[in-house]
Amino acid sequence: MVRSSRPGLVLEVDRRTPPVLFHNGENFRLEKLPSGSRIVYPPEPLEAVKHPEDAIARAVAEPNNADPLRAKLRPGMKLTIAIDDISLPLPPMKLPDARQLVLERVLTLAAEAGVDDVELIVANSLHRRMTESEIRRMVGERVFRSFWPDRLRNFDAEDPDDVVFVGTTEHGEEVEVCKRAFESDLLVYVNINLVAMDGGHKSVPVGLGTYRSLRHHHNVQTLLDSKSYMHPERSALHHSATRMGRFLADKLDIFTIETTLNNDAFPSPYDFLSKREFEWSFRDQATYLGVTAGLKRMPDQLRQKLLHGIAAPYALTGVHAGETEAVHAKTLENLHRQHVVQVQGQSDILTCGIPYIGPYNVNSVMNPILVVCMGLGYFFNLYRNAPLVRPGGVMILTHPTPRAFNPVHHPSYIDFFDVVLADSTDPKVIEQKYEKQFAEDEWYRHLYRTSYAYHGVHPFYMWYWAAHAMDYLGDVIFVGGDREVVRRLGFRTATTMADALEMASETVGRRPSITHLHCPPLFLPEVTP
Amino acid sequence: MIAIEFSRSVPRYAASRIAERASPGLLPCVAPLRLGHYDDPDIPGEGWVRVRPLLSGICGSDLAMIAGDASFYFSPIVSMPFVPGHEVVGTLDDKTRVVIEPVLACAARGIEPLCHACARGHIGLCVRTAHGIVAPGLQTGFCEDTGGGWGTVLVAHESQVHAVPGEITDEAAVLIEPLACAAHAVLRANVVDGEVVVVSGAGTMGLLTIAALKQLTGAGRIIAIAKHGRQRDEARRLGADDVVRPDAATRAVRLATAAHLHQPEQGSPWLAGGADVTFECSGNACALETCLRITRGRGRIVLVGLPGPARIDLAPVWHRELDVLGAYTYGVEADGRRTFDIAIDIAKRVDLAPLVSAKYPLTRYAEAIDHAMDAGRLDSVKVVFDLGSK
Repeated sequence: MVRSSRPGLVLEVDRRTPPVLFHNGENFRLEKLPSGSRIVYPPEPLEAVKHPEDAIARAVAEPNNADPLRAKLRPGMKLTIAIDDISLPLPPMKLPDARQLVLERVLTLAAEAGVDDVELIVANSLHRRMTESEIRRMVGERVFRSFWPDRLRNFDAEDPDDVVFVGTTEHGEEVEVCKRAFESDLLVYVNINLVAMDGGHKSVPVGLGTYRSLRHHHNVQTLLDSKSYMHPERSALHHSATRMGRFLADKLDIFTIETTLNNDAFPSPYDFLSKREFEWSFRDQATYLGVTAGLKRMPDQLRQKLLHGIAAPYALTGVHAGETEAVHAKTLENLHRQHVVQVQGQSDILTCGIPYIGPYNVNSVMNPILVVCMGLGYFFNLYRNAPLVRPGGVMILTHPTPRAFNPVHHPSYIDFFDVVLADSTDPKVIEQKYEKQFAEDEWYRHLYRTSYAYHGVHPFYMWYWAAHAMDYLGDVIFVGGDREVVRRLGFRTATTMADALEMASETVGRRPSITHLHCPPLFLPEVTP
Repeated sequence: MIAIEFSRSVPRYAASRIAERASPGLLPCVAPLRLGHYDDPDIPGEGWVRVRPLLSGICGSDLAMIAGDASFYFSPIVSMPFVPGHEVVGTLDDKTRVVIEPVLACAARGIEPLCHACARGHIGLCVRTAHGIVAPGLQTGFCEDTGGGWGTVLVAHESQVHAVPGEITDEAAVLIEPLACAAHAVLRANVVDGEVVVVSGAGTMGLLTIAALKQLTGAGRIIAIAKHGRQRDEARRLGADDVVRPDAATRAVRLATAAHLHQPEQGSPWLAGGADVTFECSGNACALETCLRITRGRGRIVLVGLPGPARIDLAPVWHRELDVLGAYTYGVEADGRRTFDIAIDIAKRVDLAPLVSAKYPLTRYAEAIDHAMDAGRLDSVKVVFDLGSK
């Protein structure tokens, strides 16, 4: 049940402030922050749309800057529906998934219009293929039974028969996408917009793009020039994706349907994770103690099964359809209503806990490279205007950083860790020296296409994602991290938060200002420097 | 002379085996080694000379012998007691600086006519190492009549003696013997230009194999498997293109060769594809097993390090039709040059001296052996006895 929504909060820690929750990989920890520190809490979940099916029907019937979907459908046409993959939302949402509701509406309209040639494609780009059961869960039983496996499939960005080179943008960016989608009379893109980075023109050229295309914006320089990914107007990544998206939109009829969710990320009994500690009830405190003690004692596999089994009680807060840019403007407006928290000024130190789940380890292991991507890629970049931490400041993250990899999902990550990071942690050096080799490696290509492996180049993108933070920060310290692993990653470890703060004083002095990002649930600090 | 003598002693042999596993630090104390004053070895015959060692290396085969790990296969061609030490730079009576080519083959043993192997210059394959005018012994340092490098005097046949050019330091010269072994191993493999070569192990033999590969072949890419920091640094310095840790070796070779990796239900992964040539330089059974799994079909695996008794899954040899080549030691190579001459040439071009990490006087032999046993972990490569210091 959704509570009445309160906005985000910036709390100044004083003597009475209880210890604050840090996500710590597959567990949690409470840390007492020094007096004067700030804790930035997310807004509470917005009220949900009362009748999602009606809202979806209305959105496609009264689209933005486009004809109604029904008017675009006709017998004999070729219709492709692309769907965001398992990388969001996080955690996966309770059923029905928002994508299922949208798909059911679109397919109903298509059936009513007599469209026979319909194909559903998971826009997984260079992500791993989704398994049959994951797809079934996402699209719902009815859609799954009607389309799987012949007309519901993962995109294969390495299938020469299913990619087409469309051309180059005015900036020389090569656009190569899914052939079936490009050759369709209508491409409907069904999205979940979890954070401001998602959606818009990033959906089609990226979700249905190939390495040849992605390398034009998933590279170190572009990501260094993206400040931040959550602020599309200031993101070179988004500028590039937008150029590609417009280029495609000139040649292909794209009907975008974007959904936004509230940030009700954790169901009971894990809902204490979303609450402010000073408001924890006795039950919340007991649950915290029980959950942390239980997780600590559990075998790894059982703990991962339990955590990845958590389904977020996310609810739909909006759905918009029509022309991509018009839709996305409304989506961002809706998203900001849920996510934005005003924060005055930057601090010397930013602290944050890394959770058990990220976009690339759903039903998998968060390996050390993904930990870096979460901390320095996503959480550092979770800002508008300016980072929460000042230039040359310190980021303190909590995660045990075990040397743990899922060899099925992340085979190239293992080599990236063992071979590439052993040589250099400098994103530019790595990009120059190793990216092409990994991207074109036959074995990775084979595993990406036939197994459930992320593309060979994917760990590079994760590392590049952190490039801006690496360039900007004076130090990065992992509390509780495995020393050898963290050293390989190029950072430092501390046993306790107090030790980490002591170590940070070498960089930011002995009386630093500290901000803690109480995340997840996800939100977006808008920082006034 | 002052020397360390290795003698036959069943109780001490047993104690060594136990100490090696339970408390390696005790090994030099319990092993059948004794430092003492002994008579200088007699000149066995015509053509033999006296050599006063300056530096003498502690080799992996010496350590295996001390630890009781050496194969009993060699017992018929060893005579005890003997003074170990076959990596030697020393001086003749006329002060000429020489290195010893320690194989005691037909020429040194006064055997005429030469056996078929010696006649072709393959002295390492001599079939008469238990015969002739000196006691059985495959090399100086394993023969009771010749003395060895771990003593202040040894005797050598003129066929065993090579003058050391002035530009080669003593530290580099003491490595010429193992370098000749490495050069021989490299030449045995017939590395074709552009081939991907793996060197497993980066102790002295591994590092010298890398140096020899770099100098003697057009190997396309040399991947060194090295465990310790200093070894990794030296591997890079001597010419390895990639240096990887043992636990990352299989995946690194896969990456370099664009092979596919298979993970069996039990045991280590193996590559479909892999390196063209692999040099196993550690003598370690696990390392050899890895080599068998990372070398491509019909690739070559060269055993450079002295292997001991081991239990190894040979399925890959059969399945991938691998050529497993032994590379014991030097002689005359296919181009007619003596391997030692080739090694001396390399030693002129490559700075080998930094590989000598520590020198000990004979009187500190226990510490020296302890150091050599743990050289990698102590960021050392070659430990030698210094017999030239006053």
